[in-house]
Amino acid sequence: MIEVQNLSKSYGQIKAVDNISFTVEKGEIIGFLGPNGAGKTTTMNMIAGCLSTSTGTIKVCESDVFENPAEAKKHIGYLPEQPPLYTDMTVKEYLSFVSDLKKVEKSEKVQQMNQIMDLVKITDVQNRLINNLSKGYKQRVGIAQALVGGPEVLIMDEPTVGLDPQQIIEIRKLIKALRKDHTIILSSHILPEVSAVCDRVIIINKGQISAIDTPENLSKGNGNSLKISIKVAGPKKNVTDLLKGVDGVANVELVNSSKDSEESDYIVEANPDIDIRKPIFRALAAKDYPILELKSMNLSLEDIFLQLTTQEKEVE
Amino acid sequence: MLSPLPYVLVGLFMLITSFQFTQYYSSMKTTLDTNAVNATLGFANVVLVFLIPVLTMKLFAEERKNKVDTLLISSPVSITSIVIAKYLAAVVVLLILTATTLIYPILVIALSKISPVEMIGGYLGFILVGASFIAFGAFASSLTESQVVAAVISFIGLLLMLIMNGVQSIVGDNAYKVLKWFSLLDKYDAYQSGKFIITPIIYYLSFIALFLFLTIRVIEKRRWS
Repeated sequence: MIEVQNLSKSYGQIKAVDNISFTVEKGEIIGFLGPNGAGKTTTMNMIAGCLSTSTGTIKVCESDVFENPAEAKKHIGYLPEQPPLYTDMTVKEYLSFVSDLKKVEKSEKVQQMNQIMDLVKITDVQNRLINNLSKGYKQRVGIAQALVGGPEVLIMDEPTVGLDPQQIIEIRKLIKALRKDHTIILSSHILPEVSAVCDRVIIINKGQISAIDTPENLSKGNGNSLKISIKVAGPKKNVTDLLKGVDGVANVELVNSSKDSEESDYIVEANPDIDIRKPIFRALAAKDYPILELKSMNLSLEDIFLQLTTQEKEVE
Repeated sequence: MLSPLPYVLVGLFMLITSFQFTQYYSSMKTTLDTNAVNATLGFANVVLVFLIPVLTMKLFAEERKNKVDTLLISSPVSITSIVIAKYLAAVVVLLILTATTLIYPILVIALSKISPVEMIGGYLGFILVGASFIAFGAFASSLTESQVVAAVISFIGLLLMLIMNGVQSIVGDNAYKVLKWFSLLDKYDAYQSGKFIITPIIYYLSFIALFLFLTIRVIEKRRWS
């Protein structure tokens, strides 16, 4: 559906996007994740054909976005960070204009517009001036604009920015509903949202790809260790040594302990291939050290994000 | 269509030119004829130098500023189509302005005698000059994100073209020969005396084509920067 190869964009000496390549299959939802200034918006602008590349090719539905823009753009619906709304039109007038712009057949135009307005839930404001709409509604009109013409590919730059939690949930539901007929690329700062909605995540930092993988795979950490947080009642040294002795445990760290009580918290790093909880239970039970709390500490997408973008490590 | 600007422009235009028309009439009490109309049109051209920058400043500048141009750029419509469409929209406003002046010839027909060839020639020249102004205004608007800067560039540019004739003494003969090309207004004097030559039409059309072409290039270059 979307093929990006060796994409680069330089502004003078500054390389905003540095040799990015990836493919998106039909029906996938891909999330772009990255700090501000990483190159997400620039990349999306290029894929949508709004900005030229310095090097590299972008193909959408087999059409090269720069060799054959008219063809390629027919298949793309783009929602930029700032939705391109004509504030002095009403919602209906605006969508009608966009339909004409995207060369929608006159016979289908009205029906399609109504369908889209229904889907995005803006039917009741269709005769209102866009200038007079709330941010949430404006965002929805922006999404509606991207849907006009039924493009196979949707590119959404921060679709939920500035919305309240209720609206965010609704937009997320909408995006999930759209996946049936569309391939979607979206960018976000809201990490839980990306891991909830996306099939795969592309982490971009300083114009380069730091990682491409499913949220689950990324969550499993760098593949090197599994972490468990555990609260045990028992003498610190004994428990620590005991834990270290369990087969598969790589590291034991004492986190905090209250001076008067015998309860202490530890973080155990272990080999991810085995379920370390059972051997730990058996070892501690054998010496009668009760486990008061046990929790898996898989790296959240947030941790991975921070890790990858501050250490600048390449993880494939 | 909800912006009051075009209506204000048309209203202002009508006010000023009507005033001038009556001035001409009252100064030529016994000869209310085609000359009065053509003289008014000539004056109206000068009025256009002020009005058209205001009309065209919004064509491209504003949309770039608040990023609304993304909609047009990301659609499967070519930049050429977009530029031409916006240009024609402004020309339509010009035609409406022109239509408001039709009352003068009607008065002349009603109260006196009209010379059709001179009349048509005069109007043709007026429209061509106006359309050329708009092409330049569109170009100016594409150069900047600020409407005000666009209007100022248009205004100064058009003003310079207006006074091009008087510049000869300053820049010397050779430079003047080049600059004379930009002198829009003196090209259609012939029309007003009823001679219908094809050359000025071609001149105006190539002027328009040149600046529309430049506008398209400027916008394309931005996309490719």
